[in-house]
Amino acid sequence: MPDPMLPRVFTVAARHDETADTFTLELLAEDDAGLAFAPGQFNMLYAFGRGESAISISGDVAEPQRLVHTIRAVGTVTRALAELVPGAQLGVRGPYGTAWPLAAARGRDVVFVAGGIGLAPLRPAILEVLAARRDYGRVVLLYGARTPDDVLYAEEIARWRARGDIEIHVTVDAAGSDWRGNVGVVTQLVRRAGFDAAHALAMLCGPEIMMRYTVIELGRAGMSPADVHVSLERNMKCAIAFCGHCQYGPEFICRDGPVFPYDRVARWFDAREL
Amino acid sequence: MSEDASAAPRYLDRADFDRLLEALGARGYTVIGPRVEGGAIVYDELSTSAELPIGWGDEQEGGHYRLRRRGDAALFGYNLGPSAWKRHLHAPRVKLLEAARDADGRLRFERVPAPQPRRAFLGVRACELAAIGVQDRVLVDGAHVDPHYAARRESLFLVAVNCGQAAATCFCTSMQTGPRIRSGHDLALTELIDATRHGFLVEAGSAAGAALLDALPTRAAGAADIAAAEAAVANAASGQVRQMAQAGIRDALYERLEHPRWDEVASRCLSCANCTMVCPTCFCTTVEDVTDLSGDHAERWRRWDSCFTLDFTHLHGGPARTSAKSRYRQWLTHKVAGWHDQFGESGCVGCGRCITWCPVGIDITEEVAALRAVPDTSASGAS
Amino acid sequence: MEIHDLEDYLAHHPFFAGLAPEYLALLTGCAGNVNFAAGETVFSQGGTAEHFYLLRDGRVALEFPHPAGNGVVIDTLDAGDVLGASWLVAPYRWPYDARALAPTRALALDAVCLRGKCDADPALGFDLSRRFAAVIVERLHAAELRLTDMYANPAADASDAAVTAGAAGAA
Repeated sequence: MPDPMLPRVFTVAARHDETADTFTLELLAEDDAGLAFAPGQFNMLYAFGRGESAISISGDVAEPQRLVHTIRAVGTVTRALAELVPGAQLGVRGPYGTAWPLAAARGRDVVFVAGGIGLAPLRPAILEVLAARRDYGRVVLLYGARTPDDVLYAEEIARWRARGDIEIHVTVDAAGSDWRGNVGVVTQLVRRAGFDAAHALAMLCGPEIMMRYTVIELGRAGMSPADVHVSLERNMKCAIAFCGHCQYGPEFICRDGPVFPYDRVARWFDAREL
Repeated sequence: MSEDASAAPRYLDRADFDRLLEALGARGYTVIGPRVEGGAIVYDELSTSAELPIGWGDEQEGGHYRLRRRGDAALFGYNLGPSAWKRHLHAPRVKLLEAARDADGRLRFERVPAPQPRRAFLGVRACELAAIGVQDRVLVDGAHVDPHYAARRESLFLVAVNCGQAAATCFCTSMQTGPRIRSGHDLALTELIDATRHGFLVEAGSAAGAALLDALPTRAAGAADIAAAEAAVANAASGQVRQMAQAGIRDALYERLEHPRWDEVASRCLSCANCTMVCPTCFCTTVEDVTDLSGDHAERWRRWDSCFTLDFTHLHGGPARTSAKSRYRQWLTHKVAGWHDQFGESGCVGCGRCITWCPVGIDITEEVAALRAVPDTSASGAS
Repeated sequence: MEIHDLEDYLAHHPFFAGLAPEYLALLTGCAGNVNFAAGETVFSQGGTAEHFYLLRDGRVALEFPHPAGNGVVIDTLDAGDVLGASWLVAPYRWPYDARALAPTRALALDAVCLRGKCDADPALGFDLSRRFAAVIVERLHAAELRLTDMYANPAADASDAAVTAGAAGAA
């Protein structure tokens, strides 16, 4: 009988800092089998002796041999992961959870809205859309970060922008006078974006407060809640609907999520301390 | 499992009851059954019927449990103890894996083989059989199988016992899980005790049960035996003073997330987690990581957890459920409402343990009734 | 832009949606085109608020100046946005600098002229005040959202240990 709690061994092939507290690991499976996944899914990463943390996959589905995770050092496990150097090993279980609805997005305008570290789980979806750009209508990325220094994948965003086939707006909460971009909250960018609300599909990832107000803005722009997809986050111990920790109303975020159509979770989104 | 097996009930005399234990032992089963320990009924290993709670009954109410002498020599004259069979299937503490790290930082994981004890549970009540089924749905019937639970569950032989009376905290009839044992068992016993006889009506619920029954010194049950057994179960049904209405319960709870009753019950709830520990279906666990002194060996352990603890929902920034109100709401709403969405049935089997073992006597049936008696008046209820 | 074009522009600007035609004509009389080069100051902190602006393109940063030179940008406004509400409330001073980040074209509305007209016609005053209130409330709300510092790393507390797991936000 397979043991769903047994990790596979992966080796750190590369590591680089994204921001002051966020880093990216590129991992290779010791068994060379890679790790096929769908954009939006996550893995349980095990730091030796410290435990596991649920981390979204940030790599390219076209390169399953190279597992990429962008991680913010925020707890004991992620701080231990931050200390891993090339050659070091860690445990990986996954992939788990639901995916961004890219098939449903084909032929439609696509609006990505990311907040903070929330760009990391959206990156595989953005890469997939850009790789098959002609299959989609207009593509928009709205991204809010804390400061210009906290913008993830800044060089890559510049490359995406240079393609000319994706409309990108980045905003920060506060900036020095040398910042030429937007200052403000990401919800304010919805109005600036060019998309057809009646035929668009939105994918949101970020703090719940940011997603809540983005949903309101998208609704104001004419989008139906069923066309807005959100990625949710809760404490997780097992990722296979055994431990009970990630329950959100009747949903196991690990199994039924993390990506949900907003109309499915709207009732729970509005409840306090759920 | 053969439906026909139960068609011909047999009668086993009390004097021959140890033959049942011996037959189980001969087939390699370790028998786990009820015994009196520390003033309560607990399920533990036993080898003879002398270790059973002979002549003991119990008295239960919200926050109240006492063993009482029955005045007869019944083996199964009690109702339910605090500890569900869960302890023996979904173990409180399980080592999940061992990990080793060498000097170069290379890792190796060793899976911990799940022990596969061959065990017979003796004295499983209808609500408890239902609870085992509920945990089966969670831990083995989904996309993933918990190997530790599955290994303990696989070779299990279940000797169920029909209840002859109800505790004041019982409400299995309204949950449709009892008191009559209907499925999931290998053998079902109904204890018949009066001035003229002390014995058991025995029905097989599976081929293994039928084979074992064949090996026992029984006689065909007479009409009087069958009638007495029916009367005993009927007594357990009619004696239930609590109930939880099931029609529409899921939506009713979903519509009452901001109901004022949650504040009221939270003012009494101690967040002690007793209800989740005694509940035969609560399955939540957490994981602990330990390393040895050298730092080269690590272990992962899984242990029971409770949604009443503050840590349970800890996310960077703090717990999602800070108030006792939100944690009680989570437990109750999950148990009687969300479970239907998750597993197609209620997570409550009506055993009443959470009522008995709540130190302040919070009564799940009373809370559900109070919630449903008044619609949620707050604006945000279902918005 | 000719007067006719100006009136047409104002009539179709969302900020003035539904404004009575006579008020539109009146506003057109107070409006004029302005252009700012990248880096050029639109107004300075402490200066008298004599205009408000409808940005037609470009980008303007609202910035609290710092004595050491490097100010803090607290908001940016783009095409379609309304810039400046200080003309509405005494003492009619700008609370911060406004600086064009890119070549910016705007309509400047003469606030001194407008204040007089608003005083003379309370219905116009109420209408304009309500339109500005909507903009101010929206910007206040956006600022409040930013006050939550929702992207901050909350894990200064080392005791949160291995329990900090989660999927979506890549904990």
